Amino acid sequence: MSDKRADSVAFVRETFLAEQPAPASATGVVRWLQDNLFPTWANGLLTIVSLYVIYLLVSSAAPWMFNGLWNTQSLAECREVLEGATGACFSVLTERWNQLLFGFKYPPDQYWRPTLAFVLMFAALAPVLFFDLPRKLLIITALFPFTAYWLIWGGTIFTPLLALLGVVAGYLVYARFVKGSFATGALGGVAAAIAVWTIGGALIPDGANDTAMLSAVPSRDLGGFMLNMMLGLTCVSLSVPIGIALALGRQSSLPLIKIICVVFIEFIRGVPLITLLFVANVMLAYFFPPGSGVDLFLRVVIMITMFSAAYIAEVIRGGLAALPKGQYEAADSLGLDYPQAMRLIILPQALKISIPGIVNVAVGLFKDTTLVSVISMFDLVGMIRGPILASTEWNGIYWELFMFASVLFFIVCYGISQYSQWLERRLATDHR
Amino acid sequence: MTTLTDPPEGAFRLSMLLNDTRYRSYTFQGIALVLLISVVVYLANNVMTNLRDLGLNISYEFLGSPAGYDINQTLIGYDSQSTNLRAAFVGIINTMLVAVLACTTATFFGVIAGVLRLSNNWLVRKLMAFYVEIFRNVPVLIWIIIIFTVLTAVLPGSRAYLGAEPEKELFLGYFAFTNRGVYAPAPIWNAGSGVVIAVFIASIIGIFAYRRYAKNLLYATGKLLPTGWPTLAILIVPTVLAFFIMGQPIGLDAPDPLANRFNLKGGIQIGAPLIALWFALSIYTGAFIAENVRAGIQAVSKGQTEAAAALGLRSGRIMNLVVLPQALRVIIPPLISNYLNITKNTSLAIAVGYADITATLGGITLNQTGRAIECVLLLMLFYLVISLGISMLMNVYNNAMKLKER
Repeated sequence: MSDKRADSVAFVRETFLAEQPAPASATGVVRWLQDNLFPTWANGLLTIVSLYVIYLLVSSAAPWMFNGLWNTQSLAECREVLEGATGACFSVLTERWNQLLFGFKYPPDQYWRPTLAFVLMFAALAPVLFFDLPRKLLIITALFPFTAYWLIWGGTIFTPLLALLGVVAGYLVYARFVKGSFATGALGGVAAAIAVWTIGGALIPDGANDTAMLSAVPSRDLGGFMLNMMLGLTCVSLSVPIGIALALGRQSSLPLIKIICVVFIEFIRGVPLITLLFVANVMLAYFFPPGSGVDLFLRVVIMITMFSAAYIAEVIRGGLAALPKGQYEAADSLGLDYPQAMRLIILPQALKISIPGIVNVAVGLFKDTTLVSVISMFDLVGMIRGPILASTEWNGIYWELFMFASVLFFIVCYGISQYSQWLERRLATDHR
Repeated sequence: MTTLTDPPEGAFRLSMLLNDTRYRSYTFQGIALVLLISVVVYLANNVMTNLRDLGLNISYEFLGSPAGYDINQTLIGYDSQSTNLRAAFVGIINTMLVAVLACTTATFFGVIAGVLRLSNNWLVRKLMAFYVEIFRNVPVLIWIIIIFTVLTAVLPGSRAYLGAEPEKELFLGYFAFTNRGVYAPAPIWNAGSGVVIAVFIASIIGIFAYRRYAKNLLYATGKLLPTGWPTLAILIVPTVLAFFIMGQPIGLDAPDPLANRFNLKGGIQIGAPLIALWFALSIYTGAFIAENVRAGIQAVSKGQTEAAAALGLRSGRIMNLVVLPQALRVIIPPLISNYLNITKNTSLAIAVGYADITATLGGITLNQTGRAIECVLLLMLFYLVISLGISMLMNVYNNAMKLKER
């Protein structure tokens, strides 16, 4: 059979052709250009328009940036040196560097304190952000708020120590009783912390601030980008637990608690942050007992925390709603009570789903900290619009300053969102 | 023999309030209620004490007294003798104006950028990604200030347009771009202009009627009428005809460089603060909308497009009939919440001196009358009403668009 067939076919090639390189038009740069830039004539037109836009941006920005001056003393001097040529006057950044970062009232010989706190912040955030690091490092995170408070505000070391002591006492009591019932543990912990703070507060001697190791800096002297960072970090970290509580409350089967949470969340989400800052500025002081004198920084922290807590609550509610009902039922059928089910089954999964949303809220909130400049706090934007632009040396310089502010915010926000994307990939278990 | 029965209906004991899940919820709610009431009483008490100490009271009478300040951009009649309430209304209208303007243009920017981000052109894709990232990661307040500064610092003063031989000619003979804002021509409604407007409205109704007729015809007989060019024709032709038949009743009042030596007169002046706020909000929110649009289009699975292609639809029809209806379901809810954000972000007007409700009621009126609590409460009430209204609309839409599953 096979012989016959072979005979009937005129020609059978028995060897492969040698491999040829792909034609030049189908590989390399030419092919890529054709596929990605000029697939059709309309698309090619778009490419040319884009190239023109890029050319416009670069040609106007490049000489300005590269002719930039970094060490003159005033805008007038800048213009003198430039002699009419295009060029930025970045000297304002070098000359006012400390003001931009720390505000104009923070004592200059103490700049090392916020700087140190800033460096410590990375050490404190690392174990929270990267799960692979040893869990023991969380101790640094737990100590960070007290250390940072002491470094930035200064004053007597007894205040942060006492606060730390209260928290430790509260945690010990909580850990002792939580096995029995979560409610007893939590209430006992809070009670123990408050007891320590009340007793300890009476023990701190008057005038301890005057003889302190670090000189005390009042809140109104804080400013610059430091203020943005402090507000952002404090409010986000405070609002996550509050947001969790609000989200659970909104999902609760107890009608009264549900109503309270819904009203709070919808109210806060319905008004712009700026009105809440107005509340902090002109109204909130009325809500405290007469003579308590809560300073503006704290009032702003309270309002921004409430604001972001409401948004985070909605994000977490989304996470809770996205969990399959079977998870709740499985927890119930294991005989777990509500706190156990939430702590051990529901929240770990719901929070994981919510992380991108929470990070979005955090980025938005960090950007929104610039709004405090409207109520005359001197954050980065407030510093630029206030003391720096009003000074005789730098009156009339805009681009350099606002570009600097944008770059700072861009670095932080872009960094956070990149982290969030990395984390999402990391946590994806592909249970879909 | 044992049978499974309900637990015995024993008498209610006090310990059940803690141990029995049926009653425990009442205990918790009772505690919550007591806590809530005591917090409210405590805060109210503090407010009362503080106000008494300062010799203040809560009263809304200031709303009826003359405001005593001028507002540079108003859509309704207002002068410094008008009441504070009137000033607040001016603010509300200004807020709505910039919100509506910014929502429209933000959608425009967002849709274009979102679609272009999915383009198969590498350069365009990267350029749009650049736009989105730059604008999403820098605070909107900084954008508003930058654009306002550019407008006021770069554009010439109105003096440049003045006189018989000005330094700058009016753009197209009608527009002047100055550091105080843009001067645009105002329409003049002469006798007979009502007819033109009536014809215009009638032709819009006509477009809907025609499209409905075309759709019904398609469903009934399968005959496909063109809709693109007839729509355009119905929109333009009758109105233009009416305009010329009535003898050109609508004129334009261009800004006049010769009216006096100090400023342009006539036309509409759109102030620089309004333009800065409008443009900054639209381009900032546009970046967010672009991401929503992109996500929405990507959410429609590829099989849908392929199935439609297998049915023999052309690519334009695939987009219109298959992809867009499904993508819109994903795009519209976040789009509406972006509109909500724009409305709330208009409160940043105070940073550039645009007279919105935050700047009038929450700014000047508050500072002049010292009625902090009242002003802030009214301000919050206004924004709450707007937000709740928009979210109610969103719920209605979501319910209407929900996938109907059996």
